[in-house]
Amino acid sequence: MTTSLTSRPGSAPADPAAQLRGTRRTRSLALLVLAAAVLAAAATSIVLGSRDASWTDIWAGVSGQAEGFAQAAVAKRVPRTVLAAVAGAALAVSGLVLQGITRNPLADPGILGVNTGASLAVVSGIAWFGLASPTSYIWVAILGAALASAFVWTVGSLGRGGATPLKLTLAGAATAAALSSFVTAVVLPRPDISENVVSWQVGGVGGATDDKLWLMAPFLLAGALLCVWCARGLNMLGLGDDLASGLGEHVNRTRLLAAAGAVTLAGATTAITGPIAFVGLVVPHLGRLLIGTDHRWLLPFSVMGGAVLLLVADVLGRVVAPPTEVDVGIITALIGAPVLIAVVRQAKVREL
Amino acid sequence: MTINQPAAQPNGGPRLEIEKLTLGYGDREVVHDLDLIIAPGEVTAIVGPNACGKSTLLRSMTRLLPPRTGRVLLDGKEVHATPAKQLARRMGLLPQSPIAPEGITVGELVGRGRHPHQRVMSRWSEADDRAVTAALRATDTIELIGRTVDELSGGQRQRVWIAMALAQETEVLLLDEPTTFLDISHQVEVLDLLTDLNRSAGTTIVMVLHDLNLAARYADHLIALHDGRLHSAGRPQEVLVPELVQDVFGMRSTVIQDPISDKPLMLPIGRHHVVALDAPS
Repeated sequence: MTTSLTSRPGSAPADPAAQLRGTRRTRSLALLVLAAAVLAAAATSIVLGSRDASWTDIWAGVSGQAEGFAQAAVAKRVPRTVLAAVAGAALAVSGLVLQGITRNPLADPGILGVNTGASLAVVSGIAWFGLASPTSYIWVAILGAALASAFVWTVGSLGRGGATPLKLTLAGAATAAALSSFVTAVVLPRPDISENVVSWQVGGVGGATDDKLWLMAPFLLAGALLCVWCARGLNMLGLGDDLASGLGEHVNRTRLLAAAGAVTLAGATTAITGPIAFVGLVVPHLGRLLIGTDHRWLLPFSVMGGAVLLLVADVLGRVVAPPTEVDVGIITALIGAPVLIAVVRQAKVREL
Repeated sequence: MTINQPAAQPNGGPRLEIEKLTLGYGDREVVHDLDLIIAPGEVTAIVGPNACGKSTLLRSMTRLLPPRTGRVLLDGKEVHATPAKQLARRMGLLPQSPIAPEGITVGELVGRGRHPHQRVMSRWSEADDRAVTAALRATDTIELIGRTVDELSGGQRQRVWIAMALAQETEVLLLDEPTTFLDISHQVEVLDLLTDLNRSAGTTIVMVLHDLNLAARYADHLIALHDGRLHSAGRPQEVLVPELVQDVFGMRSTVIQDPISDKPLMLPIGRHHVVALDAPS
């Protein structure tokens, strides 16, 4: 097998191991740059806001003091910054994994109605079942996210050709729109819900507290671990089910586990922030352009890329129209919609 | 009609046997009660008209499709009861039109053939490096390593897919129409490459082929399927006869000795341009 009988004269024998090492170096560099961007964005998020703060106020606020208005404002920005970073990371990973398991470049927990499903489950729980604790919000949100994904997958698979990207996306968009109006219908007559800090129609990170962050942490960790566990399996799914099975992958098991991870991430995040769309669409696409198709690299890229995107979107929302704030969900939609159109217009939209 | 199955050799090469196999999708039965023995260490070509169950049979041999009845045995062990990765270390399958993720590089795609040799969290090993390098060398795709698969020509792409299957380092390699969509020179190139692999590494090769003459030229064994049943099996000289072409493809033909390879060469007899032989009655 080592003999090459058809070797063409004049072709320089490349060293494939060196090639692969070179690729690895480029990718590591991209991730390092991104890590720096996360730090910069987080710093900006703490420093900038609709209220001006001096450097001493900022330092005092970050180190936990909250004397005076400016310091209190900065102290509130810390959990908000962490929430924006964590939520962005979770949504981006969720989008990446959903794209992998559906082999659908348009998959995103927002576009596919997963986040709206979580949202509707939580508001229904509050309105009709006396749901009150944030922990129960998270469980119910994950359940709602799972139900919505199962529904969209079923509807999108109906008819000829199975779950094609466009059918799945249309089913998701329609479901998201319908669920979103249900949310409005549930919330409108109930001022006790609509006055809640969390907007259930457009997601935001303004309501962040340390307690909420600690509550969502175990769920995000579990979801992330599932996704990391499935990273190599997602690479295999990209080769199509037949080839993946032929290479020894359990395609159905991988799909189910990865979906559980993605739904947990999206559901837990939505329970705290409300529905935020497009992060999961934009970041993985950028990742594929920059570092290729390997999910073991795309996962860390999505974690950091999602964090940067949502941090920047949140800062933008705070500074565009002071003293009011624009919810981060609106900003991501403004950024994401053109990307969605660009991806749809690409010729190779049929399969990943 | 000849059915000349190779004797199952007690040692030397993997023993792949199919016993009373019935396969189907939904309420459609595609393969009926099939018995086959694949010659170990040789090149076998499966031929037959469209929808005769060739691809279905191949899918079932790598446990992609569970049998309705009967079984597929590799060295006496049922493949559908063998753990997926364990089986994938011994037997590989290249489907008819495999999908490459957009933007994947040749090196990375071939590397994915190493999947059955890796654990969930294991790192890329020296053995992986060696296998990928050898596969790229053998298929003459080493200078393509950094290119993306989308930008390759059809012939190059097929060589890369075969490289991926080689990196899997299996004793048995199943290929579903590896030459479709290729022009004739690339068809021959791919078949030569598979023959190299068979001769140098002893890999048992089973491929579905459309072209009867190329199948007869390159295969040590021919298996002809018709309506999901075995029509005939054996050496190309025994199998490729005018009766087979008549029975299986419903076409008149004559078979001569190929002056290049001394294998049989089938010449179709249509309604037109028939001057030399007995004209159609």
